Amino acid sequence: MTKLSAAPGSVWRFCAPSVIPGFGITFGYTLFYLSLIVLFPLATLLWRSSELGFSGLYAVASEPRVAAALRTTFSLSFAAAFIDLIFGLIVAWVLTRYEFPGRRLFDAFVDLPFALPTAVAGISLAALYAPNGWFGVCLAELGIKVAFTRLGILVALIFIGLPFVVRTVQPIIAELEIELEEASATLGAWRLQTLLFVLLPPLIPALLTGFALAFARAIGEYGSVIFIAGNIAYISEIAPLLIVVKLEQYDFAGATAIASIMLAISFVALLVINLIQSWSRKRFGHV
Amino acid sequence: MPTLSLAALEDTKMQKHGFSIKVESVAQDFGAFAALRDVSLEIKPGELVALLGPSGSGKTTLLRVIAGLNAPDRGRVLFDGEDATYLPVQDRKVGMVFQNYALFKHMTVADNIAYGLKVRPRRQRPPKTEIAKRVEELLRFVQLEGLANRFPGQLSGGQRQRVALARALAIEPRVLLLDEPFGALDARVRKDLRRWLREVHQKTGLTTIFVTHDQDEAMELADRVVVLNEGRIEQIGTPEELYDQPASPFVISFVGEAVALPVTVADGHVNFAGRELHIDTHGLRSGAARVFFRPADIAVASQGSGEIEGRVESIRRTPAGVRATIAIEGYDQTLEIDSPIDQAASLGEKIPLSFTKARIFPADVPDFDDIADGI
Amino acid sequence: MSDILISATSRKQSRRQRGATDDTAFARVFLIFLAILFLLLFLFAPLAVVFVEASAKGFSAFRDTFHEADALAAIRLTLIVAAISVPANLIFGLAAAWAISKFSFPGKSLLITLIDLPFSVSPVVSGLVYLLVFGAQGLFGKWFSAHGIQIIFAVPGIVLATIFVTFPFVARELIPLMQEQGTVEEEAALTLGASGLRTFWTVTIPNIKWGLLYGVLLCNARAMGEFGAVSVVSGHVRGLTNTIPLQVEILYNEYNSVAAFAMAVLLASLALVTLGLKTFLEWKYADALSGRSRRH
Repeated sequence: MTKLSAAPGSVWRFCAPSVIPGFGITFGYTLFYLSLIVLFPLATLLWRSSELGFSGLYAVASEPRVAAALRTTFSLSFAAAFIDLIFGLIVAWVLTRYEFPGRRLFDAFVDLPFALPTAVAGISLAALYAPNGWFGVCLAELGIKVAFTRLGILVALIFIGLPFVVRTVQPIIAELEIELEEASATLGAWRLQTLLFVLLPPLIPALLTGFALAFARAIGEYGSVIFIAGNIAYISEIAPLLIVVKLEQYDFAGATAIASIMLAISFVALLVINLIQSWSRKRFGHV
Repeated sequence: MPTLSLAALEDTKMQKHGFSIKVESVAQDFGAFAALRDVSLEIKPGELVALLGPSGSGKTTLLRVIAGLNAPDRGRVLFDGEDATYLPVQDRKVGMVFQNYALFKHMTVADNIAYGLKVRPRRQRPPKTEIAKRVEELLRFVQLEGLANRFPGQLSGGQRQRVALARALAIEPRVLLLDEPFGALDARVRKDLRRWLREVHQKTGLTTIFVTHDQDEAMELADRVVVLNEGRIEQIGTPEELYDQPASPFVISFVGEAVALPVTVADGHVNFAGRELHIDTHGLRSGAARVFFRPADIAVASQGSGEIEGRVESIRRTPAGVRATIAIEGYDQTLEIDSPIDQAASLGEKIPLSFTKARIFPADVPDFDDIADGI
Repeated sequence: MSDILISATSRKQSRRQRGATDDTAFARVFLIFLAILFLLLFLFAPLAVVFVEASAKGFSAFRDTFHEADALAAIRLTLIVAAISVPANLIFGLAAAWAISKFSFPGKSLLITLIDLPFSVSPVVSGLVYLLVFGAQGLFGKWFSAHGIQIIFAVPGIVLATIFVTFPFVARELIPLMQEQGTVEEEAALTLGASGLRTFWTVTIPNIKWGLLYGVLLCNARAMGEFGAVSVVSGHVRGLTNTIPLQVEILYNEYNSVAAFAMAVLLASLALVTLGLKTFLEWKYADALSGRSRRH
């Protein structure tokens, strides 16, 4: 079923003619499966939330408990992504530019939060920072309580966000040409100046992207967090947990509303990432 | 094609003199690999010197040692008599232009050029207005006015090259170093920029050293050429000296073309294919040797007076006359000789050949082809 | 040829020799120390805890966990769910990658963005959307319950939610890879007379086999480990609708920490195997996996 010859000025074809077979069936199946599994359910969510309308959404969002959960989620996700930004940069820099024993092992382990199921991460973090846990005991002596507090949530979100920053920044660091550093040195700049003015700026797009990715992931995180968080309403309750709570109360409208808000934020984050990438492509000529 | 405006130059306060550079017995090893072996040379102030050699000859390493990017394992580098061997590169005031320009892609052209001035410690830093002025002057000097706010990604290769040069000149360097400056450009742009570099050198008067593997470039541009091979200096001289008085088989075969005839030396007589060649052996000991001469120095001899005998393998017309490809017994490559039409030889004919300016070396001294094939 | 070798070596070695551009020894040591400390505290410690806690009461307590009926049921269910969702997404991934990489049509980047959607959705929301479609209050809820088919709070719901969450993994791996490989080899095979299917098996698959394996590995790891989405659509009915992660939660909340961590060891070991294979594949077959410019 080749679609080779098309008379000039004839029917507009969706797919350019090709000798390779199988477009119809693969494209069709792709659309079918995509619609069935992803688009249709998501559309249902949008439809149900549109039933509420903006006023309904706002009403739910301004419920004190919901507002508190959203605040908790966003502020802690932002803080975690920020900490991941700083340490992620350091880790990426060290793994890419320095040689030391065990470097390969550490490099492989950066992906652990990707690979480890969230529930496992959740209970191990909880056990680690519990008052009788390895870290909990040490921190208790300093008077710091982590488990069952907002600090616990922060720790969990730092854990799951780290690989996003490291893996986004690493390739860019690896591509930094050594000639740039040498040129900077010949022009009289000392090491710190070279670092700040020549090496860091090209990393900024990747850092922003990594931050946005870590932030977006942290907002929706559930399994890693609920074991170590206190899950106390108004204080240490995250938005995803509140969705589950509302479902248990059969408050489908409320759950849907919160879910829609979170979905909207995710899309905004995605959009921001894409904008960063296209801006940096124009400015620097690469992503 | 950018030309430099003399007026623009007079406006600038660029230094018009250079420093002398002395390299004393410098050696550098990278693990088991000896990149530089006991290299010594002297460069006079204001000279334009080429470091010429094949890949791996050590020319870039030598440039980097002078720049301060590599610290030599042995030896010294002196700038105007002062030992600068361990002077940090930041203090050396060398203006370096890198092979791929190494422009800071996230800064504008103006910021790139101003960089060297902006990173100076506060006491030595000129005020902002003066920095801006110097950037303007330099942009005019390299004929890139109006491009101050562009980014390197928006410039052509030749333009980037000129920005790199302006950036290096901004710090008023004592010496200008260029690492294969035209390697990344296409042939047409390369020719123009070669001429332009010569002008820059004439007008700035800076001691300039550039690295190249292209002997045309070295010959065309440099006052003196340093020929390097396997970490050693084979010869230093003006282009004429290298053509006419090559010091070793490597120099003859690397700089220009050469024919290498295998001969035997016996008691001061040079024998090739059963005949004696009338060449001064300069006391060369008996044994296997090679006679080198340039293809341009060989000509058809009048009957009976030729040194060697060749057989015409093929003939073809050229605009000027006739080109004959000649095979020589005892030599595995062919020669090409041009002659006017009326003097053309015929196919298969045996003709006598004579040559001038031949040089003889022992057979075990490698030339460029040996090195390219042999290792 | 040897010149190139020499200059390549010397360039590499001159990198190590770059005295002018090395960070000071102090800075280097400090940063390395800081990075390692951070990784040990935040990444290694949680992993270590899993194994330590699981063996806290000795090997027999560890082993006994897996004699419980609920534990076995959870393992069985997890395997079933993975056995359905991974192949389903595999087939989809192949189809989508084939359509996108071998043909030219408008809207490709939109399609790719849509395929990536499940990545940006919170796991809880992923479960919620299926609740909205198939739940008792949901769109089709009444139809299904009228026919006696239970989706939500039963295995089918778990499978669907898992498929959703692991939807993009294989496709994401294959699309850039196959795009990079282009269409030349397939076209060559076709001109030589091979049928479409034969071309696919003998030309395409061998080219993508490592990327495929990689994608399947990640898909499987996520399918077995998914928690949030499954938690919403499961009913938490012991022995029936609990996967390993859910069982872990139940055991942990009952303060049966050894059993909880014992089950967690299964998943953690799977994670380690996945990481190890991933590292091995990336090291050995970097070219075969290239084209992945985006992270998961």
